[in-house]
Amino acid sequence: MSQVNDFSLKIATVNGTGSASANSLLMQAIFRMGIPVTGKNIFPSNIQGLPTWYEIRVSREGYTARPPTIDLVVAINPATYEKDVATVRSGGYLLYDSSWPMPSELQRDDVTVLGVPFGQMCVESFERDRDRTLLRNIAYAGALAALLQIDMDVIHEMLNEKFGRKRALLEANFKAIRLGYDHARSHLPCPLPFHLERMTATKDYVLMDGNTACGLGAVFAGATVGAWYPITPATSLMEAFKEYCEKYRVDKDTGLNKYCIIQAEDELSAAGIVIGANWAGARAFTSTAGPGISLMQEFIGLAYYTEVPCVIFDVQRVGPATGMPTRTQQGDLLSLAYASHGDTKHIVIFPADPEEAFYLSVAAFDLAERFQTPVFVATDLDIGMNDWMVKRLTWDDSYRPDRGKVLSATELEGVKSFSRYIDADGDGIAPRTLPGVGAKGAYFVRGSGHNKFGAYTEDSSEYQEVLDRLAHKLRVAADHVPAPEFRLQPGAEIGIVSIGGCHAAIKEAVDRLRDHGVIADYMRVRAFPFTDSVGDFLTKHPLTFVVEQNRDAQLRSLLAIETGVARDRMTAVLDYHGLPLTADAVVAAVTRQLEGAAT
Amino acid sequence: MTSIAKPPVRHPGLPRNSLGLTTRDYEGAMSTLCAGCGHDSVTAAIVQAFWELAVPPHRAAKMSGIGCSSKTTAYFMKGSHGFNSVHGRMPSVTSGANAANRDLTYIGISGDGDSLSIGLGQMCHAIRRSVRMLYVIENNGVYGLTKGQFSASSDIGSTSKRGEANVQPPIDPCLLALTLGATFVARGFSGDKAQLVPIIKAGLKHNGFALIDVISPCVSFNDHEGSTKSYKYTREHEVEVSAADFVPLRREIVAPNSPEATMTVTMHDGSSVRFRKTHDSYDPTDRDAAYQHVRNCTVRGEVATGLLFLREDENDMHAMSRTVPTPLVDLPFESLCPGASALDALMDEFR
Repeated sequence: MSQVNDFSLKIATVNGTGSASANSLLMQAIFRMGIPVTGKNIFPSNIQGLPTWYEIRVSREGYTARPPTIDLVVAINPATYEKDVATVRSGGYLLYDSSWPMPSELQRDDVTVLGVPFGQMCVESFERDRDRTLLRNIAYAGALAALLQIDMDVIHEMLNEKFGRKRALLEANFKAIRLGYDHARSHLPCPLPFHLERMTATKDYVLMDGNTACGLGAVFAGATVGAWYPITPATSLMEAFKEYCEKYRVDKDTGLNKYCIIQAEDELSAAGIVIGANWAGARAFTSTAGPGISLMQEFIGLAYYTEVPCVIFDVQRVGPATGMPTRTQQGDLLSLAYASHGDTKHIVIFPADPEEAFYLSVAAFDLAERFQTPVFVATDLDIGMNDWMVKRLTWDDSYRPDRGKVLSATELEGVKSFSRYIDADGDGIAPRTLPGVGAKGAYFVRGSGHNKFGAYTEDSSEYQEVLDRLAHKLRVAADHVPAPEFRLQPGAEIGIVSIGGCHAAIKEAVDRLRDHGVIADYMRVRAFPFTDSVGDFLTKHPLTFVVEQNRDAQLRSLLAIETGVARDRMTAVLDYHGLPLTADAVVAAVTRQLEGAAT
Repeated sequence: MTSIAKPPVRHPGLPRNSLGLTTRDYEGAMSTLCAGCGHDSVTAAIVQAFWELAVPPHRAAKMSGIGCSSKTTAYFMKGSHGFNSVHGRMPSVTSGANAANRDLTYIGISGDGDSLSIGLGQMCHAIRRSVRMLYVIENNGVYGLTKGQFSASSDIGSTSKRGEANVQPPIDPCLLALTLGATFVARGFSGDKAQLVPIIKAGLKHNGFALIDVISPCVSFNDHEGSTKSYKYTREHEVEVSAADFVPLRREIVAPNSPEATMTVTMHDGSSVRFRKTHDSYDPTDRDAAYQHVRNCTVRGEVATGLLFLREDENDMHAMSRTVPTPLVDLPFESLCPGASALDALMDEFR
């Protein structure tokens, strides 16, 4: 099988040495050659000196999941040589820095080892220590350009864009790229059997990470208040919001801001600020990860019970506790669905990639205000921080925010009296008022027991009446949250259910399974509470696999609790090591189960 | 929180403010606190201050956390929006509300448990952020709702009702606020309404975070012999170090000029605070001197009261954030959303 535009490489370096920019340069160059490409950054929770990896997958068919096998490893970090050489597929290649004699651990009979003296060349060519370290990365990018046939014009164009105004830096980068490129061309078997050829498959696409998409979504949805506490991997979400607010929301005449971003003292405060701002009538949100969600529990319950809208982005990382902050997981599903003490239930939205994250972020603000309740947008580190190839984002200028039932000053004039929690329409949603709008609109928000008039109560039936309405409201919400995505095939014998960032791997797995003669229907759950169609899919597929990235099959539990379909009827396929899911893992698990059932 | 609606009794003879409202219009539900509770006196002072300032009730927001003090937001200004949030977290909710709508008058009511224990961090950071609000601590040195535990403002040696002596050092919110850069720091006593009302009015007009620590005795659990937060002890040890009068803008011409006035601070809306001479050397605009003076009083066993420190010329949260003068809630969506063509242009940067 030809391996043109269909291979993967993994670059092993030390973090804090500048390899990240070399790696994105490579990936972006491939993208600009019109070839579908994905990059996964596997990095440590550290600033400098620990091992880090970058996986680049080139797929002419457009698969964007983590690569199933590695054809080429670039081993720049001696500390991980042993591990790195083991990840190359049989028959693959390994490129290392041959400034020093080849260490024995890099020996593998079934792998071709290529050496380029990157370090030595950079020492000879550059004066400053800093240049020697940073430009070594650009030098390996140059060697890869030769080995894989990356268009040097594209690389030059990109370096020009990046360093155009800094002449000296640009020259140094050109020189470093050339060092690696020329050395590889004259000493190594260029191109390798797997290499690149121009395509036109990325014209309508962009490379974007999910945190940027969510931050951008918040800007377009009209959010004006953002409160947060820095936490990996959610930090860049609020930073993106800030960047685009600075770009689009500064009054041209006065230089003043049409937004307010508050870096709070902790996540509790961030949640409080978001609730206060939404109560006052702004669209406000916070971005956090699992530990922040744990801290926000009390406030989430308050917002649910007092019916204050708020949007909370949870960029999930590996738990429990501090866990592995720079690894990905879907471990917060249960804690989001029923966050806080007492009877609660929340709307949770699960985008599959940065493209969907943008649109569903906007939808989250609409749902929060329509249902006057917290809405979580649950992404993960893989979606949030990695660059994905996604369709160009578009915007419909006719969009207007759904502010839900909010009484205006004029509407308030028309009512005899206002009580906060009266459900006149039977949809569980009671009109609210904003502070400062109309003398008749004042009411008292209380987290303590209250009746439908908003007054304090310790009366059992008054308390239950409100609690039952809240349950009804969330049932109504199930028909308005993003519906599941179905990919059905004639003659399907199994059903696969999955969620969020697993999508890329599942799409690929479904294709691969079909190649193996296993026809699968696929349902991707996009929101909680579940629509009826979720339960219907489970009922119609006696053999169902639920694929998710956590240890305890949290999605399967949610499905069992909420649809009544027995937990044991669904086979859990669990991947919780902290790295993005591969199609291989899904295919293997499904095949193993089917074979087990057959014997 | 428990509350009982007040019967609508008309008092035709009551004086009216410039909005045509009487003090009755600034009252709330019936208090369910213990008879004689200091908090009810603070509530009365708040009603008086808002009435005198003629703040339209629906343009004010009453914020609170959890505890006896936090319940009192139901007992004044029934025509205002109220937000009884979670324990110790009122400062963050108010920060968010103020970020969204800077045009409302925010008053936060808290207690020594709510502010100095569970919510200490939140209070400190609201001070640092300089959220424009009046923050009242109804300080009784005891946990009332849970029946008599020491709080973080209990003095060393002060005894509980059961005779146990407190051994941990107290947190003085005024000294703390001074070190954190607060621009309005005051202490009052619930038993001295004449002193409290002008301070509340000045605090409501302050351009930033205004803290008033009000010693407000708990008649049920901390008003006995041996307590340093009892009515008797506070009366005997109170020293007014700084007496302030508040002069609203529109009454300036007719207000009598106090012969004792030593200093006038003009508030950002043009109203003013006039300090009367009390202590020879006290300068309520000198942060370090104010700290030293209050600290010296504490060492002597005195309770320093009055508007202890005032700076009117520093930036509040919105000035620091460089937000537009229009409340964010009033900005039309069209001015917030960059639109389709901007997004299309932006996409080229992601290639």
